[in-house]
Amino acid sequence: MSPTEFERVFSAPQTPERTPTPGAPPGSGVPGPAEVLLLVERVSKHFGAIVALHEVTLWARRGEITAIVGDNGAGKSTLIKCISGLHSPSSGRLFFEGKEVHFASPQEARQAGIETVYQNLAMIEDLTVWQNLFLNRERVKRLGPLAILDRRTMRREALRMLRQFEVHLPSIHARLRQLSGGQRQAIAIARAASWGSRLLIMDEPTAALGVRETRRVEELILRLRDQGLAILLISHNFEQVLRLSQQVWVMRSGRVVGGRRTNETTSDELVAMITGVKSDE
Amino acid sequence: MEQSNTPVTALPAQAERLSWRERLSDPEFWINWTAVIALAVLVIIFGIASPAFLSFGNIRAVLVAAALLVILTVGQTFVILTGGIDLSLASTMTWAGVVLGQVVAHGGPIGLACLLAIIAGLLVGLINGLLVAWGRIPDFIATLGTLSAASGAALIFSNGEPVTIVSTFLLQLATGSLGPLPYFVLIALLVVLLGHFLLFYTRFGTHLLATGGDAEAARAMGIRTAGIKLAAYLLAGGLAGLAAILFTARIGAAEPAVDTSYLLNSVAAVVLGGVSLFGGRGTIAGPAAGALLLTVLVNGLTLLGLSQFYQPVVVGLAVVLAALLVRYWR
Ligand SMILES: Nc1ncnc2c1ncn2[C@@H]1O[C@H](COP(=O)(O)OP(=O)(O)OP(=O)(O)O)[C@@H](O)[C@H]1O
Ligand SMILES: [Mg+2]
Repeated sequence: MSPTEFERVFSAPQTPERTPTPGAPPGSGVPGPAEVLLLVERVSKHFGAIVALHEVTLWARRGEITAIVGDNGAGKSTLIKCISGLHSPSSGRLFFEGKEVHFASPQEARQAGIETVYQNLAMIEDLTVWQNLFLNRERVKRLGPLAILDRRTMRREALRMLRQFEVHLPSIHARLRQLSGGQRQAIAIARAASWGSRLLIMDEPTAALGVRETRRVEELILRLRDQGLAILLISHNFEQVLRLSQQVWVMRSGRVVGGRRTNETTSDELVAMITGVKSDE
Repeated sequence: MEQSNTPVTALPAQAERLSWRERLSDPEFWINWTAVIALAVLVIIFGIASPAFLSFGNIRAVLVAAALLVILTVGQTFVILTGGIDLSLASTMTWAGVVLGQVVAHGGPIGLACLLAIIAGLLVGLINGLLVAWGRIPDFIATLGTLSAASGAALIFSNGEPVTIVSTFLLQLATGSLGPLPYFVLIALLVVLLGHFLLFYTRFGTHLLATGGDAEAARAMGIRTAGIKLAAYLLAGGLAGLAAILFTARIGAAEPAVDTSYLLNSVAAVVLGGVSLFGGRGTIAGPAAGALLLTVLVNGLTLLGLSQFYQPVVVGLAVVLAALLVRYWR
């Protein structure tokens, strides 16, 4: 059996030829095992005849913001759904905190410490703000087989969560459908950031936000990073990516076509890779 | 951080509880209470039009008659809240009743017969749940299939013959009462209270509403939506089994022919109760009031001497009117 990507990455001596970004300046290559929080190794995902992901390999370092960019339909959301347990990869492997993981459901990924803000936010329109904040993380008291909701505690903590993340709402009792897109997005982020996770995945977290709200979310992302959380950020906004991230991966039609340390690339180079003018392969 | 001219109002310091004013300004509140308000209006109208309507004996008769439908409606509500529908409800009740009757006819004790009736109901619920949640068959089709299968099973098991059941237990159940509350009413009340508790005060209830509201989002948050749907169908099946016991007690026999009006009325009651047929929003009290409303409607019209032939028309009108009202409010 040929050595897997994981063994290659983690056990091989680090020579420049072994980096998956040949030609890149030194320092942009494979990180040491202690640095890597998440490794995606040759993950493919097929939907029937559609190949949404083809042998995707990338990683996210501890304490860093890792960005993924790519055109619509490049496979970014599919990739993060494979990481967050919503899809299971057709082939390939995932390593989290140095161990291989198989998430059979989003619940398992959440338990392992991966929280996700999905592109569609995954909020229930007919439930209230506090119910959404605690969805599947309800505070309960056990009574035999029944898990009885501790609504008082959840409401109190919901207020605290929203204050902490400076989310401003008319009421925590408002139903999600009564709120604006930006408010929903802010709630989804507060929800994902509240559970002391190790990796926070955000799929276009500022897509629906105005200038002021975007800035607030960016500040929040940086604050979480400074607290030691690793963040996987999908964004179409290059300025944002260059401003926030330490590492960028570029995807095109289901493949990773390049990876760069952010301080060693430019907006123009990213555009060239996304559109296929330039590629590492 | 600066917060001047933020477009949204700041969070009130103490918003842990909802004020009455907030509640009353929520259209959802009025949708949920449609049936209750309509019920009150009907009671007043019938009370004025027919003095016999508000007599103790008649109120008692209406409540007892409503009990069965209320129990079935609570089951239907749980299924509809997941975004499904249980068309097999009336057949399941009939099939469970036949199981009860056959156990008694073969000399089994009444306690065992009642237990097996509930298990027979749960069995249909299990099949429905498996077909819908894991077989990924649309609810409508899956339960249409079990509707047919359960009514067939009822005929096969009973050879198409009703079984007369002489049981003091069932007789007591049908005619006795605890203080002023007939047992039937007591049981229906308990089912409603437990249903309400389950829906709004347990994690299962929240996950059920989430599953019906947006199954994909619920799954993304790690909720096992298939399990939730299965549980809803099990609840409906079990409640149909319970209803079968009451039904058998009331008519003193296990009847193998399905009375489909129970199915139609359970769906009608759910609609009257303001539950969205797409799932995800509604209450238990609303549909229960809806079931009571339908029973009161029929009872009042009978007292007023309206021919039985007109009653389904009036019921149909009431349901369509309620649906229109809800649509207008939303
Ligand atoms: N459940 C699915 N079934 C079939 N095809 C799918 C499914 N999900 C995604 N795809 C396909 O996979 C490809 C990648 O989609 P994906 O949503 O991952 O793109 P994306 O990079 O997130 O795009 P965007 O920037 O628009 O969000 C697309 O061609 C899409 O049609
Ligand atoms: Mg996407």
